[in-house]
Amino acid sequence: MLARVLLALSLVPALALALCQPDGQDAYKVRLSIKTALGANAYEWNESEQFLFRATLAFAMRKYTGQETFNVSSVIVCNETPRVSFWFVVTNPNDTTTLIPKNGVEEAIRLSRNRINSAFLLSDKTLQFVGIPPTLAPPSQPSLPVWLIVFGVVMGIVTAGILALIISGFIQRKKKEKTIEDEEEKQERIMENGISFETLEGKDGVNNGAYSHDEDRLTQL
Amino acid sequence: MMAEEKNTKVAVPELGKTAEERPKWDNKVQYLLTCIGFAVGLGNVWRFPYLCQTYGGGAFLIPYIIALIFEGIPLLHMELAIGQRLRQGSIGVWNSISPFLGGVGIGSLIVSFLVGLFYNTILAWVLWYFFHSFQDPLPWRDCPLNQNKTGYIEECAKSTPVNYFWYRVTLNITPNIIDSGDLQWWMVICLASAWGIVYICFIRGIETIGKAVYVTATFPYLVLTIFLIRALTLPGATEGLVYLFTPKVEVLKDPKVWLDAATQIFFSLSLAFGGLIAFSSYNPQKNNCERDAVIVGVVNSATSIYASIPIFAILGFKATSNYNDCLDGNILSITNAFNIGDQNVTRENYDSWLNHLNTTHSQEIEDLHLKHCSIQEFLDQSASGTGLAFIVFTEAVIKMPGSQVWAVLFFVMLFSLGLSSMFGNLEGILTPLLDLHLVPKWLPKEAFTGLICLIAFSLALIFTMGSGNYWLEIFNSYVGSLPLLIIAFFEIISVVYIYGIGRFNDDIEWMTGRRPNLYWQATWRVISPLMLLIVFLAYIVVQVQQPATYEAWNPNYINFPMTETLDYPGWVFAICVLLSSVPCIFIPIVALYRFIQWIMRRVHQSQNRSPCENHAYEPELQ
Repeated sequence: MLARVLLALSLVPALALALCQPDGQDAYKVRLSIKTALGANAYEWNESEQFLFRATLAFAMRKYTGQETFNVSSVIVCNETPRVSFWFVVTNPNDTTTLIPKNGVEEAIRLSRNRINSAFLLSDKTLQFVGIPPTLAPPSQPSLPVWLIVFGVVMGIVTAGILALIISGFIQRKKKEKTIEDEEEKQERIMENGISFETLEGKDGVNNGAYSHDEDRLTQL
Repeated sequence: MMAEEKNTKVAVPELGKTAEERPKWDNKVQYLLTCIGFAVGLGNVWRFPYLCQTYGGGAFLIPYIIALIFEGIPLLHMELAIGQRLRQGSIGVWNSISPFLGGVGIGSLIVSFLVGLFYNTILAWVLWYFFHSFQDPLPWRDCPLNQNKTGYIEECAKSTPVNYFWYRVTLNITPNIIDSGDLQWWMVICLASAWGIVYICFIRGIETIGKAVYVTATFPYLVLTIFLIRALTLPGATEGLVYLFTPKVEVLKDPKVWLDAATQIFFSLSLAFGGLIAFSSYNPQKNNCERDAVIVGVVNSATSIYASIPIFAILGFKATSNYNDCLDGNILSITNAFNIGDQNVTRENYDSWLNHLNTTHSQEIEDLHLKHCSIQEFLDQSASGTGLAFIVFTEAVIKMPGSQVWAVLFFVMLFSLGLSSMFGNLEGILTPLLDLHLVPKWLPKEAFTGLICLIAFSLALIFTMGSGNYWLEIFNSYVGSLPLLIIAFFEIISVVYIYGIGRFNDDIEWMTGRRPNLYWQATWRVISPLMLLIVFLAYIVVQVQQPATYEAWNPNYINFPMTETLDYPGWVFAICVLLSSVPCIFIPIVALYRFIQWIMRRVHQSQNRSPCENHAYEPELQ
């Protein structure tokens, strides 16, 4: 009896290893780039970190399926490398010889991706599940595009400026007309020899036809 | 007789002046800033650095300065002097010299108008980018997601987010010029705001331009200095500067370099637009135009050289960034493939690792298809024109910390550079029209300038269509090039040989107090016309040899994201030829018209001789 139990127990890890195969149908590869993400604050990857990983993944499975039967032992890891990368599979808690199919695992990870990342202080890029694309953050769209706001401000200033300039030009012109009218009134009163100044205004003397000559714009023939 | 006339002139005192007095500059600084602002434009920032880098760096300065001394400054002096002396816009000036030359002025007017159309569209694009520079993150940093949010839009993923933002989001460009597309509403409102801003500065002619120019002409220098300081602290800046300024003297053997230097100087100084003549016509006649010309010419070239330093420092930074990204991509591939510890392969020991792995696992290395990263290749990816501003520079700005600030500063600088050049274009249109008294008296100046802006805006809507960018390139290449050379050639020949170099020298002596020295005589009489003629002929030869093609952005092209080279269809090419020839055609047309008029008048006079007229009493002319 004891021998059989011992045999069964020794078979379990062997079985587990057999279940976790790199490039297996339901296996996923994970890559961590801790030094890239954390630089000087990078932590050492060891057994305890591995344990945390398995626990986090079990948590993700529990959350996705709603079954509270998933445990750290359900997640089996193999082929660790110094890169830090490894393969893992998730076994069915009810039947430890079968594996949870790939899409199930994928959906679970997708659902709790953020929690998994934060557990390790990493991001989608530095905690990479090979084959599961990172969730793309949709760009934030404010209700009114920012550029229209800036455009509205600029156009408002421009319109106000144009109106101000047109109105001020109008007022200036009215004022100038008024001063010209006033001056003309004054000039009418100035008389010399009974001849009003006005007849001489703006003319270079009186035009004497005998002295008219062609404009010397064009060269003479 | 002369004395008596003079006395009668003096006896009648000048009465209250009407509003016909010619407007004038508030002070000399305004005038100089306006001329400098006109000459210093977008080309100083995005054409000169590219030419400098393409044509052997520091060595390019040699043909450039030679062209400035023997072509640029003499032509500049001539335009400023003739405008100042004859106190009229471009049409009036050439009409005064000889009525047969009126066509030269009309040519200037048409070129100014056509250039103004597309130049302001570029400013509309700058405004669009400026409006978008207030977002965090900048919209050209990331690709937008596709419909079902599983990945990025294909067009963007294949090219780059910066390219996608320029070609798709901004221009919404069509795959070819025949396919016009619709009017893009966002471009229309940007164009409207650009014309609105131009109108506000231009509304009362030089009265408002003179005030605006204090800001628009000086602000770019402030921004360039800020960029210079920032750029020199960026990593990779020195690579860019070394690349730019390393002189390759053997490039000077290529005649194309000399041609490009001469054309660059000519277009950079904004000659033959009529704008400079208009500006100087508002000067008092006793003004030292010789010194003004030298100042404007030297400042323009100095600005070009000064601007190229931060531009290339930033381009060097961008090339270094791209090179580092390329290296990092390769390092990640190697690390993942060989399960080497994270961060064990760094940029520094990448080469030694690669060599080691190549000897041991050469097949696997080959399978990885590592990218070949060369910083020289990234530095060679420079561009000129809109490509530099809206693609290359925007990409560099994303990588700089505090991107929004740098983007805003850059686009405001571009806008004020372009705005001050627009003033010159518009004055080249307004002043001749005012001088010809084509404006009815009852129409206030504000309304007339508004009308010009409105007409220009409506015509420029062509450039807001899907194919707008292709049309803009056409206008840029065919209007802003050949006609200007022809007009400038006729200008200098008219002044030197028809107006008379002796008379011109006398005028300048009267205006400045000094007779122009041997340098001016030699350049005006022989060197500059000869250089213009050679440049013109060489330009034609080069243009004829180049096929009439354009680069189209076609997402369905096999080699996308490379641009597709397409031929201009027949009718489009006819328009190109029309654009080049219409401004120039007025020169012979007007000459012919005046000639016919002269002939008719002679015929009329010989028929109308009255038998009673006694010519013995016709006085001698002065």
